[in-house]
Parts: sequence; structure tokens; C-alpha cells
Amino acid sequence: MHYSAAFSQAATSATAVPTISGSRHVGALHSSSSSCTLLIPSKPINLRFCGLRREAFGFSPSAFTRCSNSQRVQLPSRRRFKGSNVSASLGDNGIPKSFDYDLIIIGAGVGGHGAALHAVEKGLKTAIIEGDVVGGTCVNRGCVPSKALLAVSGRMRELQSEHHMKALGLQVHAAGYDRQGVADHANNLATKIRNNLTNSMKALGVDILTGVGTILGPQKVKFGTDNIVTAKDIIIATGSVPFVPKGIEVDGKTVITSDHALKLEFVPDWIAIVGSGYIGLEFSDVYTALGSEVTFIEALDQLMPGFDPEIGKLAQRVLVNPRKIDYHTGVFATKITPAKDGKPVTIELIDAKTKEPKDTLEVDAALIATGRAPFTNGLGLENINVVTQRGFVPVDERMRVTDANGNLVPHLYCIGDANGKMMLAHAASAQGISVVEQVTGRDHVLNHLSIPAACFTHPEISMVGLTEPQAREKAEKEGFEVSVAKTSFKANTKALAENEGEGLAKLIYRPDNGEILGVHIFGLHAADLIHEASNAIALGTRIQDIKFAVHAHPTLSEVLDELFKAAKVKDHASNPVSEPVAV
Amino acid sequence: MAHLLQTTFLPSSSPLIRRNQTYILRISGSRTRVNAKIREIFMPALSSTMTEGKIVSWVRSEGDKLCKGESVVVVESDKADMDVETFYDGYLAKIMVDEGGVASVGSAIALLAESEDEIAEAQAKAAASGSPSSPSSETSNSAAVVAAVPHPQPEKVKLAEPAAVTVGSAVHPASEGGKRIVASPYAKKLAKELKVELARVVGSGPKGRIVAKDVEAAAAGPAASVAAAGPAGIELASVVPFTTMQGAVSRNMVESLAVPTFRVGYTITTDALDALYKKIKSKGVTMTALLAKATALALVQHPVVNSSCRDGNSFIYNSSINIAVAVAVDGGLITPVLQDADKADIYTLSRKWKELVDKARAKLLQPHEYNTGTFTLSNLGMFGVDRFDAILPPGTGAIMAVGASEPTVVATKDGRIGMKNQMQVNVTADHRVIYGADLASFLQTLAKIIEDPRDLTF
Repeated sequence: MHYSAAFSQAATSATAVPTISGSRHVGALHSSSSSCTLLIPSKPINLRFCGLRREAFGFSPSAFTRCSNSQRVQLPSRRRFKGSNVSASLGDNGIPKSFDYDLIIIGAGVGGHGAALHAVEKGLKTAIIEGDVVGGTCVNRGCVPSKALLAVSGRMRELQSEHHMKALGLQVHAAGYDRQGVADHANNLATKIRNNLTNSMKALGVDILTGVGTILGPQKVKFGTDNIVTAKDIIIATGSVPFVPKGIEVDGKTVITSDHALKLEFVPDWIAIVGSGYIGLEFSDVYTALGSEVTFIEALDQLMPGFDPEIGKLAQRVLVNPRKIDYHTGVFATKITPAKDGKPVTIELIDAKTKEPKDTLEVDAALIATGRAPFTNGLGLENINVVTQRGFVPVDERMRVTDANGNLVPHLYCIGDANGKMMLAHAASAQGISVVEQVTGRDHVLNHLSIPAACFTHPEISMVGLTEPQAREKAEKEGFEVSVAKTSFKANTKALAENEGEGLAKLIYRPDNGEILGVHIFGLHAADLIHEASNAIALGTRIQDIKFAVHAHPTLSEVLDELFKAAKVKDHASNPVSEPVAV
Repeated sequence: MAHLLQTTFLPSSSPLIRRNQTYILRISGSRTRVNAKIREIFMPALSSTMTEGKIVSWVRSEGDKLCKGESVVVVESDKADMDVETFYDGYLAKIMVDEGGVASVGSAIALLAESEDEIAEAQAKAAASGSPSSPSSETSNSAAVVAAVPHPQPEKVKLAEPAAVTVGSAVHPASEGGKRIVASPYAKKLAKELKVELARVVGSGPKGRIVAKDVEAAAAGPAASVAAAGPAGIELASVVPFTTMQGAVSRNMVESLAVPTFRVGYTITTDALDALYKKIKSKGVTMTALLAKATALALVQHPVVNSSCRDGNSFIYNSSINIAVAVAVDGGLITPVLQDADKADIYTLSRKWKELVDKARAKLLQPHEYNTGTFTLSNLGMFGVDRFDAILPPGTGAIMAVGASEPTVVATKDGRIGMKNQMQVNVTADHRVIYGADLASFLQTLAKIIEDPRDLTF
């Protein structure tokens, strides 16, 4: 309740206080304090003291949490009036031109949604154009339904692990599953979240315009066949589609992308997964739990490229080696033919370096998880002289779109997968919020290094910031020292209570000033654990300070506690206790 | 300066590094001695409480060049898995403790050769160091540690196919015909684990794909490669690794210990059966077929004896009566199966049996021909054995041990003494599903059938 109180107070004073969401954040942090007015001015000052990326501050609460927050529904009507006030005043001060909207967002995925919500909060009259279904990839064909499948696979795996069950003293007889039931769970979850998303925008007064959005010219967008709307600022948030390399024929049945796989229309005995990134890994977790055997095909020499090598190695030992999975690394799948006339799916492999044919696989199904390609079809980029780079919309660090000549296109922004900076739902949302901050008069650059990422295998993998090799490279270039602290889940009471001691957390930091460069976690609930680290990076909190923060015992969060305490920093804590609280 | 030389995997000069250094492999060989070029890599102490460590995986394989600071092996201690790094440059000459093996802290787990030429020397040394005393003479400072090793390292047990192990499961090996072998990932994993050569496994999956159960079947039967174990000469006092078949038998036997079994014996008069056998022997009927047939007919009346319990929670009344008969083949034992023995007539059954035995000798049995039995017969009567006890094969409900039929002096009910041919049978059954009364009444039925064998020929 304090949360909502702080929020509404902040909202009513929206135009007066510049760092409004910052103050909301403070309200949430100090939830025991009822006097927000005191805190609002004090925090920005603190921030400037910290001096580090204050611009990143305040936007870390992600749009995810927001969309389902029903307390918010009461606010909109009041705020909408405010919104029009703001836009009117802007009109008075600026070019005397009236637009249909202050902000139009093309694409109602998680990025667009996050931007829309923040825009309304900032008092902008906002519309969102969607040519398909609200929710975009994440909600309909990505993170959301895959979590439903992974929830099932996690339980299946646990129930099937006789050893694990026995160790806990449990007896479970013949765990089985109903494919359609599992598929329905994923589909129902997607529908529910989609409705939540739609309702949250409607309730706030965001106009949802249905139809494909095309940019006709500066500040002018067409949607559907011939509806034209204008807006002061436009955000492109059209997202991405699964990337299918050439030579691969996707039939949606035996050769599939994540779009199809999430519908779980069948569980093949043997499925090849092309690409061992987080999409491929998550699906391998699902499929093996449901009884499939999996063959990974990875172009690079190692499975799980992109993860910190040490984490990748451990993950391979836990997630790949003991499971019914084999793999081919250093090979390209040049040709994949779907199953036809009783013939299995055939996959032709060539050596990634020599390009010589290496092998042919015959499997029951192939899942193409080679990444995602930006989706900008029909967006009308040519009308504003913007040329995509490898399909991505070129942007600067403030998500402002640049045209063919490298000049900024005024009033046009691009967020999310379409710009390719960091293809994660929450990154898109954070970028959207950053853009809204800018168009409402506060300069803002998002610190992408503070954006966490997670892979929801069992156990999970999560990371924020740099990997160890990246950190060392950077250290060499910039001339600072890097240290690494590690701790094992085997030392964590809660993990052992769950009989899930397999795991590692790794902290990469600067021993001279205590800056956190990266944190990587592999273990039980890693995805939930990473935020302590990502928030610390976003807020510029140093290890010597955060190590004094208290963690409840026994919890998994103590893994991070131990990590921070294991770090050896030369610097001393900056300000141990600012305001002593008597107990 | 040291940190400049180190790779990215070894963080440099932080306090943590110093902690890391305790994980660096301690390698023996005093540096002052110029000729000590082969060093032993010891199981490091990763924590103060660690007494032994398990090798999770060798990051590098034999023959690899190692640079100081590189990860060589992953060791699981009582607390965590740790990458262990080498402190010297050199070549990994010999891995002495394989993956999955356990070694006590301070014992040698591998040999490091300084140059490529010394790899062979190191390997020879490893082979020679079956007794732990030889390395202790090598250097004085390592002697104590080495002497503390309670048992010689099991390098001799290491199997002779390191290549297959290191390649991982990635490539399809080609069979003699140059044809690709299609095997599912789990089948390949199992094949590696059970040491089954995929080239000799016949697949039962789609398009002849080898799937896990084919490998399991191959491991259980002799179809896989056992040829190597020739009877040529037995080297006394040598450690002989199990052949695939021996391994499979061993696993099955150990597995059978999890099944609570009991035995019921019965003496059956075989005069009538012997007479029948004499009569139809010329038509190619064998005693084995007769016994199988009789057993099958008895099983028809006692389906519970033909049931099997696999998971300990439920059991299945098998839909067909498949009589497996144990046959000794060189280097082991196999159980060809007479399928639907209750339905086939005795002549067909006999022909089938001959066919199966021929195939078994030629090692050509298909998995379904030796692993689909629902009831097993084991007959040692031909050796003059009058009674014995069989171990229940896992996955079946009962096995019957058949002794020799011998002339016996018996007292008959009418108070006379006479001579009858009698044989003793002894059934071992899974008491989870088959109870004493079940077996007893089954044996009673069987005795009736054998003592009045008209039904055997229809």
C-alpha cells in the first residue's frame, strides 16, 4: 500500500518534479516511511553524489510488473486530463501545430507497452498501433508461453528424477503428462497476459489502433488501409521474427521455429535444435523433460556461446551431458528438408570453417533457434530515407533513428528487437521508457550493462554486465584490475534443503573501487537472484557498500550475499549508515 | 609480472587469486633436479576438509600441450566443483584417474611430460608404477604424499579406446559398408556407457534408427562385440575387463538383487514324456521344445506366473507366452526366445528352436529374439545336474531350473516300490507378484501336463 501511496503522490506532482519515477522508486525502497515529500528532493541529490549513471536510475522497475498492477487502474482518468494539459502547453511553446497524439508507438509488444505506460504516466496522449496481436513476440510467441512449458518441464524433471525424490524421502509413481494439457497451459497463459496487457493500456487511456503501421513521413503514420494519424513523436517497436538461415525449409510441422514449438503440437522422439543459445537451451530443457532426445547443432566451436565461458562449461555439464542430448559443434546446417512421404527430416551439415560436407542427420523434427531477425516489413522506412543495417533500424545511444546519411531523423525513435541493441523484452521496455523520458524533456541514456538476462532452464542461468573475457579485455584497454569471486550453491542452506546444490555464482569486479562489472549465476532460481546485482549496477552501488546489506536466512539470496562478501575491495564503504534508525 | 602471462581464466593478482592458487595443481619433481622432467599431477586439496576428490571431467586429454595456468581437470570436492589449473608448461602424458574416478588428496592423478618426446616415457612410467613405491623413489619431497596413497591407481582398468571417448558423441561412425549409422542421441550415450559398438546393433526405430532400447538389448545379449574375448589362452593372475556381454550379465545379476525372490521345487515323473520324445524325436522334435511347450501350456492356466513387475508399483499380465531358454555360448550366456510357445505346435516350435540356436551360435540373434521372454527355462540336466537354483532375470516373473531326469526308486501309492524316471524342477519367482500358492499350483499343472503329455502334440 505504501507503494501505491507513493506512486499516486508522485503522479499528481508529475509536472512539478522532474525525476518522478525516481521518487516513486524511493517510496518503494523506504516503504516504512510514510513521508514521501521528504524523500523526493533528497534522493536525486544522493544520486548526483554517486555520479554514476543517474540517468539509468528510476527506470529499472520493469514494465512487466507494471502491466499487471491493478492498483494503477484508478489513476488514469485524472492523469489523462493532465496529459492533454501538457501537450497543450507544449504546443503553445513550440511550433504551433496540433497533432493527433503526442506519441505514437508502432508495435504493441512488451517494448511498446512499456513505453506507452510510461508515456501516459508522463502525461502524453498516446496511441499504439498493432498489426497483429497485442503483446508481440514475448507474450504470444516467446518468453511467456515458453515459461509455461518450462514450468511443466521443471516439474516433470523433478518427478522423474527418482534419485532426487528418494533423497527427499518422496515417493512418486509414474509421472506422466498430457501433451494437449501442457499446450493449453502455455496458450492460456499467453491469452491471460495478452488480456492483462490490453486492459492495462485501455484502462490508462492508450488508444490501440489496429492495423499495420506505416511511416508516411515525418510525424505521420498510416495504419490499416487508409487511416492517417499524426504525432509529435513516433517510436518504432516492431520487434523481430525467428531468423531462418537460407537452405532451411520451415514447414511448421517437422521443421519449426520457436513460434511453432511453443504450440507443442507434437513431441518428437528425436529433435535437432539448430543453435544452442538461450532459445535452443530452453527448448532442449522442455523437450528432454517430455521424453524427446535432442541433438544440438552449433556453428561455433562451443555450445552456449555468449554465456560466460565458465558458466557455459558448468551448464553444459549439468544441462547437456547427463541428458539425452548430443551435439555437433563447428558446423552449419546448410540444408534442412522437412519430413515427407515417410522420409525423416534430413539435415545436411558442413564444417563451419572448411565448408566441407560433414554429416547428414535424419531426425524426426528440427527446431530452428538460430536467433531472431528484426521485423520492419511495411514500416515505410524508405519514406524517411532510413536504410536498415542487416535488417536493424540504425539508432544512436538515445534510440534516435538515423537516416541513410547518418543524420538523426527528428521525432523518430526505435526500440527493442528492431534496433538490435539488446534483443530482450525488458530491454525494449527500458529503452521505451528512456525515449519517453527524453521526449518529455529529460535527457536519458540507458545503461545496457545493467540489463539482466536469463535463461530459464532447470536450473536457471542468469547474467548481467560483462563476461569474464569481456571484462578482462576492457580492463586491459582501460588499465584497471579485474578480480573474480565465486561461490557455490553447495554452500547455500536453502539450495541444499531443496536438494539443488548444483550451481555457481560468479562476480567480476574491480578490486580498486568495488565496481561490479558482471555477475553470472547458474543455479536454482538464478533468474530471480540476478536483480540484486543488476540493480546494484544500475544504481552504481559498490561492493563495499552492498556487502553490508542484510539477507534473510536461509534464502537463496545469500548466494549473492556470500559473493559480495567474498570480494576483496581496497576501497572502504562510502557512507555506512546515513540515518540511524532506532529499534 | 606474473599476471601478464596468465590467461583470462586465471584472474590475476587479486586477493582472490591467491585463494585460487591453492587450487593450482601441485606437481612433484624438485626443480633443482634437472632430469626430473616428468611430473606427477596430484589431487589438490580444494578445501580444508577435503580428503578425497572426484574427477568430474578432464578438460584436456592425453597428448595435449598445457600452458601454465590452464584448466586441466575439474574436480569435485566435498563443497564444490573446481577447475584445477596446471602450474607448469608441458604435455599431459598420462591420465591416471579417469573421469568419475576418486582419488585421495595428494595422490597422483596424471603425469605431465615436459616435452613431447617424454610422453611415451611418462606413459611407460605410469604403466610401471602399478606399485606405489616406484614414484616415491623419484623425488624425496613427494614421497610421503605418494606413500599415503592407499591403493594403486586404476590405470590398468582404463579402456583402450580413448579416441572414442574424447570425440564425444558427435560423429556417426561408418560401418564396413560405408553406410552411415543412425542412432539417437541417447542411444549413442548408452552405447558409450555400456561399451556397445553401434555398428553391430540393429535399430528398431523409424527407418532402422538405433534407439536406446536397441543398445540396451545389445548390451544384454551377445549380438554386440564379444568376439575379442577368444578362448585362446587364459592369462592367470591378470585383470580382465568385462566383455560387453559379461558387463551386461553382471548388471542384470546385480539388478536382480533388488527383486525379492523365493523358490518352489517339484519332482515330476517323466516316463510318459520320455516315451513321447522317443516317438517323435525322428520328426525333429527336441526335448527343449517339449519342455517349453509343456511350460507354456501350464502358463496358460496360470497367467500370474507369466506376469512381470518392472517398476515395483504395478505388474503386467503378459499378453503372449514367450519362453526364453538359456543357452551357453562361448564367452557367455544367451536366452533365445520361443515366442507364443503355447500357440505354436511342437514341430514348428522345434524347428524354430533349432533356428534360434544356430543363430545364437553365429551371434546373429536379433534383439527381439533374445529379450522378449516372459518366462525362462534353464536346463542343466545334460550335465547330470539333478537340481539347482536359477537367478531371476530382471523384468520377468519366474525362471525354472530343470534338472536331469533320472531313474529313481519310488514308493507308489499302492504300497509298492518301483522305478520311475523323475526330474526335479525348481522355480524362482518374483514374490512381489507371484505367491507361493501360485507357483505351487502352476507346478502341479505342469507336472500333470508332463505326466500326461498328450496335449503337447495336440
